[in-house]
Amino acid sequence: MMPFLEIKDVSKSFAGNSVLRDINLSIEKGEFVAIVGYSGAGKTTLISLVAGLLRPDAGALTLNDLEITEPGPDRGVVFQNYSLLPWLTVYENILLAVEQVSPNWSATKKQQYVQEHIELVNLGPARDKRPGELSGGMRQRVSLARALAMNPQILLLDEPLSALDALTRATLQNEIERIWERDRKTVVLITNDVDEGILLADRIIPLSAGPGATLGPSIPIDIPRPRDRKALNHEPRYQKIRREVINFLLGEGGKKHTVVARKLVLPEIEPEDLSAPRTLAGGKRRAVRRSEIKSEPVEVDG
Amino acid sequence: MSEYLVIDNLTKVYQTAKGPAVIVKDFNLRIKQGEFVCLIGHSGCGKSTVLSMVAGLNEISGGGIILAGKELVGPGPDRGIVFQSPCLLPWMTAFENVMLGVNQVFYTASKVERRQIAEYYLSVVGLADAMDKFPAELSQGMRQRAGIARAFALAPRMLLLDEPFGMLDSLTRMELQQVLLELWRKNKKTALMVTHDVDEALFLADRIVCMTNGPEAEVGETVEVPFPRPRERKAVLEHPEYYKLREQLITFLEERAHRKSGAGASPGPTTPISTSRNNRKEFSKPTLVVTSTKP
Repeated sequence: MMPFLEIKDVSKSFAGNSVLRDINLSIEKGEFVAIVGYSGAGKTTLISLVAGLLRPDAGALTLNDLEITEPGPDRGVVFQNYSLLPWLTVYENILLAVEQVSPNWSATKKQQYVQEHIELVNLGPARDKRPGELSGGMRQRVSLARALAMNPQILLLDEPLSALDALTRATLQNEIERIWERDRKTVVLITNDVDEGILLADRIIPLSAGPGATLGPSIPIDIPRPRDRKALNHEPRYQKIRREVINFLLGEGGKKHTVVARKLVLPEIEPEDLSAPRTLAGGKRRAVRRSEIKSEPVEVDG
Repeated sequence: MSEYLVIDNLTKVYQTAKGPAVIVKDFNLRIKQGEFVCLIGHSGCGKSTVLSMVAGLNEISGGGIILAGKELVGPGPDRGIVFQSPCLLPWMTAFENVMLGVNQVFYTASKVERRQIAEYYLSVVGLADAMDKFPAELSQGMRQRAGIARAFALAPRMLLLDEPFGMLDSLTRMELQQVLLELWRKNKKTALMVTHDVDEALFLADRIVCMTNGPEAEVGETVEVPFPRPRERKAVLEHPEYYKLREQLITFLEERAHRKSGAGASPGPTTPISTSRNNRKEFSKPTLVVTSTKP
């Protein structure tokens, strides 16, 4: 079977700086793939290439056997910063996308369809609010509903939950899983959170740190769904996958630090008590060396 | 003296329009010299309030805090603080930001020695080549490195860390935890850290204190972390106890969260996380309680 999305030998540089190199990835239809990597590694560049917002310097990307050359409604993107139009309500933001994709539908059909998607992400009560009146989590729901309403062939989620606090993030992770279970669209999730990737995806792939980032080993997540955040902890497969990904990202796929030998001196001085007067009768105070301190209480363990 | 920091029946009450709001009630904690303690709990449970009282940035309504045998009154350089947002002065370079405090605390030392102290800590946190950059030229992670260097450079008796990595992505966070742990190992500073990241607490702490949700927050559970030191991430993750403790802590946090707000039904908890609340005084604090009592 032909892969649904295929990325072959893709490289991308900006102004001579290599961002991505030798990216190879095949995704089957209906698969949920998570790509996890450092901020600044080139994750967004990768998703922009798939979205058609950028063109690769070398290699090719194909979706359904057709080369990706420009953005199109067959790929729905959810960005970290929501990218909603601030002067439009929730309803209008989603309607805008529907009108682009299905201009021939009757007004009632469009209306119904938009309403359906608003309810899908549990935003019914906020239907006529503008983005400015919504919390981050709610805005991201709108963005998700908008992407889904275009009925894309593939859903690209670019760190959709990174700007949210831990609690909201967990709630939205559950929502994403629920919605995905409904129609099992092909999804590429970009994230910096290993746990999020393992919780949601069928397969997790670490992206090494830049410059010249490339994909690490592809690790299948053969843990039955629905996955419970708490129960995962005593699932040996979860522990193993988590370890593999973290070890790759902190080890061979981690940031390369240049080690500079530099002579460092740390003077052995005790800090002054700032509540004591700064001058003594004998004249100026002198810094106290640690070696001059006669006795110091030392705590001995065990 | 085995108890270096003693927090005794610490209580915080705010006077609000609806009457007094008790945020923290009879909070007791004892920390040994050189111990690393993490305080975990959900946003708004009052853990930052406890920390800011230890820092002397927030008035104490009841009880007391003793550090190294002296009762704490007000802020001072004996406690080095790392805030969630690094709070660097934007018109000063990383080096100048660190020097600002060093010049105060080491005023009797020579200029060369003071420079050496700042250079030493900035280099150790990985900013050897970026000392002369301004905060705006640094990434979020690098700014926080400067914040850590500043706290250690003052040679404080104790370190107070208020979700220092809360604004960083989870991988950068792991890197900085390593940096912090390395410095801590060299200095053996007594440390109290507030976090809601279970992995972070398990990696860094000797002991994890779970706080119940406010109002009237107090110590819920205490977990001793058995991993040997010096710690290495790989070894910690492979320790047989790791995932057991992780699950225990996550369970604690989840149950507390559900008991309080019955979350899940509403379209996401909408409590705004203010990034600047940690460095303010008490004025912004009452909002935490007000939002948490909303249906």
